[in-house]
Amino acid sequence: MTTTSATVGEGTDSPYALSHLDALESEAVHIFREVAGEFERPVILFSGGKDSIVMLHLALKAFAPAPVPFSLLHVDTGHNFPEVLEYRDRTVAEHGLRLHVASVQEYIDAGKLRERPDGTRNPLQTVPLTEAIQQHRFDAVFGGGRRDEEKARAKERVFSLRDEFSAWDPRRQRPELWQLYNGRHAPGEHVRVFPLSNWTELDVWQYIAREKIELPGIYYAHEREVFARNGMWLTAGEWGGPKESETVETRLIRYRTVGDMSCTGAVDSDATTLEAVIAEIAASRLTERGATRADDKMSEAAMEDRKREGYF
Amino acid sequence: MTTTTGTGLTEQLSATTLLRFATAGSVDDGKSTLVGRLLHDSKSILTDQLEAVEAASLKRGQEAPDLALLTDGLRAEREQGITIDVAYRYFATTRRRFILADTPGHVQYTRNMVTGASTAELAVVLVDARNGVVEQTRRHAAVAALLRVPHVVLAVNKMDLVEYAEPVFAAIAEEFTAYAASLGVPEITAIPISALAGDNVVEPSANMDWYGGPTVLEHLETVPVSHDLASCKARFPVQYVIRPQTAEHPDYRGYAGQIASGALRVGEAVTVLPSGRTSTISGIDALGEAVDIAWAPQSVTVTLADDLDISRGDLIAPSGSAPRTTQDVEATVCHVADQPLTVGQRVLLKHTTRTVKAIVKEIPSRLTLDDLSQHPDPGQLVANDIGRVKVRTAEPLALDAYRDSRRTGSFLLIDPADGTTLAAGMAGDSFAAEAVKTVADDEGWDF
Repeated sequence: MTTTSATVGEGTDSPYALSHLDALESEAVHIFREVAGEFERPVILFSGGKDSIVMLHLALKAFAPAPVPFSLLHVDTGHNFPEVLEYRDRTVAEHGLRLHVASVQEYIDAGKLRERPDGTRNPLQTVPLTEAIQQHRFDAVFGGGRRDEEKARAKERVFSLRDEFSAWDPRRQRPELWQLYNGRHAPGEHVRVFPLSNWTELDVWQYIAREKIELPGIYYAHEREVFARNGMWLTAGEWGGPKESETVETRLIRYRTVGDMSCTGAVDSDATTLEAVIAEIAASRLTERGATRADDKMSEAAMEDRKREGYF
Repeated sequence: MTTTTGTGLTEQLSATTLLRFATAGSVDDGKSTLVGRLLHDSKSILTDQLEAVEAASLKRGQEAPDLALLTDGLRAEREQGITIDVAYRYFATTRRRFILADTPGHVQYTRNMVTGASTAELAVVLVDARNGVVEQTRRHAAVAALLRVPHVVLAVNKMDLVEYAEPVFAAIAEEFTAYAASLGVPEITAIPISALAGDNVVEPSANMDWYGGPTVLEHLETVPVSHDLASCKARFPVQYVIRPQTAEHPDYRGYAGQIASGALRVGEAVTVLPSGRTSTISGIDALGEAVDIAWAPQSVTVTLADDLDISRGDLIAPSGSAPRTTQDVEATVCHVADQPLTVGQRVLLKHTTRTVKAIVKEIPSRLTLDDLSQHPDPGQLVANDIGRVKVRTAEPLALDAYRDSRRTGSFLLIDPADGTTLAAGMAGDSFAAEAVKTVADDEGWDF
């Protein structure tokens, strides 16, 4: 029975083995269809970033030739990249989708949220997000989170039950067995669903290349006015940067993630094509969050703490 | 422009397959070190992650970076220095992508190993070369056998501490192989390693000339991942009915789902269960491409020649090899919840895309993993117990034996009151049933 050396060199996969992208695509589509089959009011969180764009692409494929049976929800921080908002509105119109917007700016204007001293709005998204979920009575909320992004996310389930406060309790998660997802929930509770759980950043980019998916231009190298803060290049703009001590310069940069302008850093890059971006990521020695997200650097358990409060 | 690699890179990166595997090992067998080394030597740990681990280690007063901090992602895990929950890791070589279910080794977390093993095609069981096969090793082998993980690797670790002696390895490999084979593990590969020194993990060891087999990574890269389609009966659980009812597609009615096993072909005669109605496959849409044949685990949409009443939860199978349906489920279960499972309890049973009401009629036995002894009529199962159950369902299920299909032979028991997943079920016989075999009833069970 011991096959100590028999398998080496004979590892030719059968012609019926799926490529890793086909396997990931098939799994994600299965997850979308499970939610459509079991929930009443699902919604896709859509930021205009590459992960949510890939999610929408997968949803379009999963239900074709019928339309996607979900609406979209964008949590608008008020500090968005204009190219991303333009992309969002164009996509919604093109596919005849319904878009809900939860606005951080409206919460600040109404005095329900207070601007943070550091100007970062990412953590402020949690309240508008959870209130929008309650208000619209969404029972399944798709997020583009991937387990490779961060150590707390590595512990996340594909179906993640949240209580009426949207809280995540990592010690009370349901075991996830086979492909049998358990979406049972009480009224007021909802389930966060992560169809890209098993994808890595590189998988996402390769899939974008294979499927020829259009992205907002900020993902490709372009010249932009930026300034340095905490070791990252931030976009200069009306959101509050730069301060007097910070100097603006024009650099050739691109973005690896798309979030709030106040905490999403750009990387120096001359990658203007998909091929070049993929080559750059394959060679990178930094994770996408480590390279470009200020909010994750706040503490060792920053992501876990935010997720416990209802962040996605 | 950094396009010197041209299109070659994309092709090379996408021409890989995916292997899901799980690791199991006792607390001090060096599992974190092995995982850390696989990630590190395959260059999957990036600079900022390593820096974060170094900083966190310093803060704890440790001089060397503690690689376990890479995998222990939760506050409580880092505070207590133990792994509480399954975590998933991702790494890649040029030949393959890997999804690693990193499962804790504590006895009380049998459910976590069951969770990790349920989707794994390979399990790595770690043994300390100084201790050999211990109770925990037998538990890990038993769980891998019960979940029918197709490939098991025995990694005999800490060979550096037994002077890289071949007889030590050979004795452990022989004992483990005999034990695992007796439980029905189909393929066992034993590899002598030192995760700490790096012997036979990624690079072949210069200290063990006597070993002619693959390193752990080589084996992971080359083990076959897909099964022979001809020997698997096709099973297609209907997930969702696609009916656009638009001007462009007024009459389109497609059955969407993921093929659970085997292959479907256009023109094939099929039976829909549980109704038993028959038709012919008129088309298969593989996410945008019309195809003549599709196979597991592809997500597809199937159209039939006849307009039948089919909904989510139905199962489409070739007419010649459709499963029987039953309302009496006999299975081995692993109990995964804190609240117990008791005789007489009303539960929900989720099988493929179908969830039905059910009642626990009997719990004939509970299994002790240490020595595989049976305890008759325990009355209830509690967290991490493995036992036999008999369940009566409110509606018929098209259930296969787990030994024939991990996908259509598995199910969940769910508490209808609060939605808790109570147990992971595997239909039909297993070694957990051997000691309490009852006379086969004649109501359709043939496994």
